[in-house]
Amino acid sequence: MADSAALPMTASSARRTTPPWYLLVAPSAVGLAMVLPLLYLVVRAAEADPAQLASVVMHARNLLLLRNTLLLTVGVVAVTTAMALPLAWLVVRTDVPGRRLLTLLSVLPLSVPGYVMAFALLGLGGNYGLMARVFGLAVPRPSGYWGALAALSLYCFPYVFLNVRASLTGLDASLEESARSMGCRPRQVVLRVILPHLRPALFSGWLIVAIYVLGDFGAIALMRYEVFSYAIYTQYSGAFDRVYAAWLSLMLLALALIPVLLEGRLLNRARFARTGTGVARRTQRVTLGGWRVPALACVTLLFVASIGLPFGMLGYWLSQYPPWGELPRVAQAFLFSAGAAAPAALVAVCLAVPIAYLRVRYPSAMSRAAERIIYVGYALPPLALALAMVFFSLRAARPLYQSLPLLVAAYVISFLALAMGPIRAALLQAPRRLEEAARSLGLSPVAAFARTVVPLLRRGMLASMVLVFVIAMKELPITLLLAPTGYTTLSVAVFSRTSEALLAEAAPYAAAIVLFSSLFVGLLLRYEGRGG
Amino acid sequence: MIRNERYMTRNTGCRAALLLLLSTVVLAPLYGAGSEERGSAAARELILYAGRGEPLVDPLIREFERQTGIQVRVRYGGTAELAVLLAEEGERSPADLFWGQDAGALGSLAGADMLSELPAALLGNKPNIYASVTGRWVATSGRARVLAYSPQRVSADEYPESVFDLSQMRYRSRVGWAPTNGSFQAFVTAMRVAHGNQTTTQWLTAMRANDTQAYRNNTALVEAIAAGEIDFALTNNYYLLRFRQQDTDYPVAQRFFSDGDIGNLVNVAGIGILRSSRRYDSAVRLIEFLLAAEAQQFFTDVIYEYPVTTGVRQNPQLEDYQRLLQAGPQIDLDSLEDLEGTLMLLRQAGLL
Repeated sequence: MADSAALPMTASSARRTTPPWYLLVAPSAVGLAMVLPLLYLVVRAAEADPAQLASVVMHARNLLLLRNTLLLTVGVVAVTTAMALPLAWLVVRTDVPGRRLLTLLSVLPLSVPGYVMAFALLGLGGNYGLMARVFGLAVPRPSGYWGALAALSLYCFPYVFLNVRASLTGLDASLEESARSMGCRPRQVVLRVILPHLRPALFSGWLIVAIYVLGDFGAIALMRYEVFSYAIYTQYSGAFDRVYAAWLSLMLLALALIPVLLEGRLLNRARFARTGTGVARRTQRVTLGGWRVPALACVTLLFVASIGLPFGMLGYWLSQYPPWGELPRVAQAFLFSAGAAAPAALVAVCLAVPIAYLRVRYPSAMSRAAERIIYVGYALPPLALALAMVFFSLRAARPLYQSLPLLVAAYVISFLALAMGPIRAALLQAPRRLEEAARSLGLSPVAAFARTVVPLLRRGMLASMVLVFVIAMKELPITLLLAPTGYTTLSVAVFSRTSEALLAEAAPYAAAIVLFSSLFVGLLLRYEGRGG
Repeated sequence: MIRNERYMTRNTGCRAALLLLLSTVVLAPLYGAGSEERGSAAARELILYAGRGEPLVDPLIREFERQTGIQVRVRYGGTAELAVLLAEEGERSPADLFWGQDAGALGSLAGADMLSELPAALLGNKPNIYASVTGRWVATSGRARVLAYSPQRVSADEYPESVFDLSQMRYRSRVGWAPTNGSFQAFVTAMRVAHGNQTTTQWLTAMRANDTQAYRNNTALVEAIAAGEIDFALTNNYYLLRFRQQDTDYPVAQRFFSDGDIGNLVNVAGIGILRSSRRYDSAVRLIEFLLAAEAQQFFTDVIYEYPVTTGVRQNPQLEDYQRLLQAGPQIDLDSLEDLEGTLMLLRQAGLL
């Protein structure tokens, strides 16, 4: 198989090695937007006093924290894959009943605020926990490495699921059929054909999960596992300090660079589009038969843990403190949340498409860099990103300060990487041949793209929108600092209650995040057409 | 692709729903902008950065608006995040007031010369434990550090006299603290001010050697006692009381150390006016309102904090106010500002 980078030898693609100017607009804008926060961190970092800097950065304990961080990252990546991969295969490739519902349930854990998941897990055990009070069984509460691993995996696996599902749905069945006709056993088909083709989706899912774990503080701290984000958090929150925190943020960025570069290298050599002529064939769904019951049992167990627990927790809190009087406020907070999250999702997808397209169709050092740099925004500690936006908007664009467009822009910078994965995976599967055919029939490049590629991208674009919307709905630090004053979103409302230990009073708002996120996800899944 | 198009036309219901969604997207910001428009149209308004929870702030603000006609727009956030934000905004800050729940945060802004001096009338008549020497901010309510414990697993002869006793062998592995938490760090700063860096470092190291358990925050500490993981915890006085509001049988109790012990530090929520504010007089009125009897009664009744003025009815759930004044150590609250030094000690002791 020819590597896509080797293609410029053919006449048709030689023309295309320089992309048209309009494809460069989005990457340039995004690149600039990603560099600004870096610039800010460098400005702040330069103010440091060397002696004190040494005590913050060259701190021996940082090594232990880094070790713990890496262990946890690897663990969560492994566990989320073990959860998401079979689940995606089940809903895409088998006749398991209720596929659309299963898909919805597989995405929903994303919408669960981290503290709800951690409290739900913690609330099970201990002398005064649910198990003790209902069943008289005092099991120890989860904590440390395993506790953190469980909490993070339970709400991170949808990242991998969404990526893999988009990719698995777009995979041409004729590949598998040829493999089988050449004598491969089903297991070999999975290992030699399906898994290799899922690599881009898996890689981008892993990348998102890995960087998420590197930066998470809340749930990990509740589980009492000590990781590197401790250092950053305490520096910002304890010392009201921007200088040493900037150093630690830069260190975290450097750490996040490892998986980003690794993914880029691994992906560079592969090629995933179908090359044959004719229409892509849909796969026959595998008939589960006798496996249906055990499969459903596993899935149920997973959902009881990932959705049942947090929903049960919210339900319990709601029953303790009926939310009826709060509803008008909840509705207003929802409008605020959606008013920022939905535009962010739209803009992120609109930016991700040209960047992914450039990367896939015009591979070069530049286009690879454009794609890699969007992970800067995602890997930045959100507080650092928000402060950078404060810094620049106050100096260069005063009227934008604390305005909705700035908040949306910050969301986009932070979450663009989430939008990238599904779109890129779908694009890698879209054969270049189709576009070329459309061009040869007289269509302009843009029209050819719209008529041939966009339909194939739709599923990836929807998955991207879901990801960005759901995550932006529960985003906190950026919203706290950048939203217009008085623009109290659901997540801010949740925070300003839980921070005072008013857990039950936060419940209606947390429930609203989950409820509206699921409505949004459900809507998009329906729009997507079929529940596969 | 033909298949896709067919699906698109079939799903007209979904398209209508998506349209609805898109229209919320467009309308919601307009709605938000509209409410802002109304706000700035009012000649008299204030912008308040509140590091306190909305349920605690909002009822008071509504009442203030009703009484004075001054509109208040509130930005909610963590006290530390807002202090960092204000430092980043500097002179360009749109905020008029900052209401935080940690003297250290207020002290750091006062130290950076970001707060205006307050009228002397606001500062007088305060018990000593609430003193700020800079006069740039004023305490609105008090929050005491306490020792939470399990009444089932702790007998009366085990009550420690002082927070320094907790490094003794008999408390080994039984005590919890929250090294990453702001109110714990403020307490360590107070210990440094009262007893010096060396004593504080010794205590931190001894505590760590005594297998003191680290938790995320005060809520997690109280829950860990209920769960049976620890028997004692260094925490703030109101967390347990807010838990009890929802569950009267909650199996945790709390008490002070002996009088004047640094373990009983009374930290405060306090408010100051930004130097960059151009609405000083309205801002002073808001502070006056928070110090008046009605708001003070609210703090003690609803959120279990101590008033800063006398003449407030005692909340029966709280330790007696006079008892607090006895138990609390005398300390200059502005000195709690040096958290960087505290973080250094915590790092040296291997806690961060």
